[in-house]
Amino acid sequence: MADDTRTAIRAFIIENFLFGDESQPLPDEMSLIDNDLVDSTGILELVGHIEKEFGFKVEDREIVPANLDSIARIVAYIDGKRAR
Amino acid sequence: MCGVAGYFGKGVAPAEAKALLARMTRQLSHRGPDDSGIHIDGEAGLAHRRLSIVGLSDGHQPMSGPSDNLVISYNGEIFNYVELRNELIAKGRQFHTRSDTEVILQLYDEKGLDCLDELNGDFAFALWDARQGRMVLARDRMGVRPLFYTQRSDTLFFASEIKALLAVPGIEARLDPLALDQIFTLWTPLAPRTAFQGISELPPGHLMIVESGRVEQRAWWRQTYPDAGDIRPRSDAVEELRALLDDATRIRLRADVPVGSYLSGGLDSSLVSALAARAHPEQLRTFSLGFDSEEHDESKWQAVMASALGVEHTTARCSASDISGLFPSVIRHVERPILRTAPAPLAKLSALVHDNGIKAVLTGEGADELFAGYDIFREAKLRRFCGRQPNSKFRPLLFQRLYPYLPGLQRQSPEYLARFFGAGDDRIDDLLYSHRPRFRSTGAAKLFFSSELKHELGDYDATAELASMLPSDFSRWHPLHQAQYLETTFLLPGYILSAQGDRVMMANSVEGRFPFLDPRIIDFAAGLAPDMKLHGLREKHILKQSAKGLVPEAIIERPKQPYRAPDSQAFAATPPRYLADVLSRAAIAKGGFFNATAVEKLKNKVLHQETASFRDDTAFVGILSTQLWLDTFSTKTD
Repeated sequence: MADDTRTAIRAFIIENFLFGDESQPLPDEMSLIDNDLVDSTGILELVGHIEKEFGFKVEDREIVPANLDSIARIVAYIDGKRAR
Repeated sequence: MCGVAGYFGKGVAPAEAKALLARMTRQLSHRGPDDSGIHIDGEAGLAHRRLSIVGLSDGHQPMSGPSDNLVISYNGEIFNYVELRNELIAKGRQFHTRSDTEVILQLYDEKGLDCLDELNGDFAFALWDARQGRMVLARDRMGVRPLFYTQRSDTLFFASEIKALLAVPGIEARLDPLALDQIFTLWTPLAPRTAFQGISELPPGHLMIVESGRVEQRAWWRQTYPDAGDIRPRSDAVEELRALLDDATRIRLRADVPVGSYLSGGLDSSLVSALAARAHPEQLRTFSLGFDSEEHDESKWQAVMASALGVEHTTARCSASDISGLFPSVIRHVERPILRTAPAPLAKLSALVHDNGIKAVLTGEGADELFAGYDIFREAKLRRFCGRQPNSKFRPLLFQRLYPYLPGLQRQSPEYLARFFGAGDDRIDDLLYSHRPRFRSTGAAKLFFSSELKHELGDYDATAELASMLPSDFSRWHPLHQAQYLETTFLLPGYILSAQGDRVMMANSVEGRFPFLDPRIIDFAAGLAPDMKLHGLREKHILKQSAKGLVPEAIIERPKQPYRAPDSQAFAATPPRYLADVLSRAAIAKGGFFNATAVEKLKNKVLHQETASFRDDTAFVGILSTQLWLDTFSTKTD
């Protein structure tokens, strides 16, 4: 499950925030903010994508870097939500 | 307001000189539709296009005087020319015209290069001093009026706009990769660099002397601030500011034609319009922009102010298709890639002014830089405040107050807000601390640079070059003054006064006049205690106090709304026909500056999305304007 989620999230980030550029290193732990991949609107794009693709609502209090600032954190957050 | 062109050197054959100068000034006809002239003296050639505002009948240029050995081609206005003229007459000098142009000639004859210190105005000129065989180029303190130059065949060529230099045989347009990197980081090339390889800008407050084969360029004025420990509070500052503004506006109404005023609905232009209306209660006409998009429109406030003044007010409505339709012509006029569409509506506004028979307008530009009106000043203060308690859950929420017009920020958690603004992350002793978040978020658009461009740029860092240009005493200034210096010295001339000012005004033969940029107000504002400007998080504190009684309270106290225009949205509703061509894969690949695949995805994303992110908007407008620049200038036409 986590691998599928990781693949899907990685694909979304490459397509939506890197515009298809796969040459840039994108390790799972890399901060999306510190590396200028997302800004405040980008976070909302990411949240919208998660809600649409994974079928649950992201609460405002869950929109925090601890949940969303790297591929690894996003995957852990999604898997955690689904497990509940 | 006019257009200047010329050369100095052996590289122009005498038989070709007149035709060359005529070709150059033809490119400047929009700057001066009323008159033209040429003066050739050996290796020196001066040319001029005139927009007649002062001395309608006797201001022909190039002008010589007091003898035939001094000749000037000059663009701009000297607002204190009446006082200077009277002083010179008192010293026994005789004048032959009523123009401010002759005042510069006489003053130069009297004081040499020190004459610049006496001039209260906006100017760029070339002065041929045949007595000493020297050509002098000079530009006003803040860079209101443009002046560009290049050297070829041991000859200096200069002009008000670069397109006139491109009329010189052998001078071609090539985009400077470093300038592109600077624009995609700092919003502006760092003068003297321009977007054109090999073509330079005379920086604001600088002069150039060409004499005996030597070229000397130096600052004759620079913005400065007192050391942080030397700032003293003042009790009479509000009254003094009001008196200064009153006089600065009064002398900027000097003209032999009617002077109008822009009215944005904000404090600055409202105050200037109020002072102008008081000076000329029956004559003033005001002009403003209205937008179809509600988030950009300030018509309500403009109506409040126009009603309070009782002036004849005219509005240009600006639609998305106006912006996209005007954009290619705007790039031709601003002559550089830009990251926002905001100059396009201002081109529409100046067209409205022109169509109403007005040649000169007052505007409120400069107040946000001098009196700390921009959000970036409050943002920097908040970042320092948050940085002192990095774990606070509440302090970062204050960032939402700064940007009520950015919906993306309103839903963010304190943790995210702190991260976006780098609160606590940036070193507070970083000389560019105030602007780091902006440079980071703007620079994110460089993701779209092609691999070839990235390779060519290597590890070039535009922010490091900017830091290297800061004056030696910069580190001793108060943090607010450091931030103000960055805005005033770089972004103001490099973008606000040029791309949003002179170039889109002169595109329609309209001269902008800026009371806040009166040198007396610049000096006054620099010496003020920071708390008088940014009081807590209240921006332009002293200016608001000075405006009381002149401007309705509702306008003084309304939330600040920075001037913005729809960016990628302007192209989404009805994409203009040129878009497919200039952003085609073939055109992107031919230009070589961007990654064609990424640009294709960006285009599809922003043209089909309701709200684009800051980065995507920046990238889209930056790429589109770069491609239009290439389309306009890379193939030279006469």
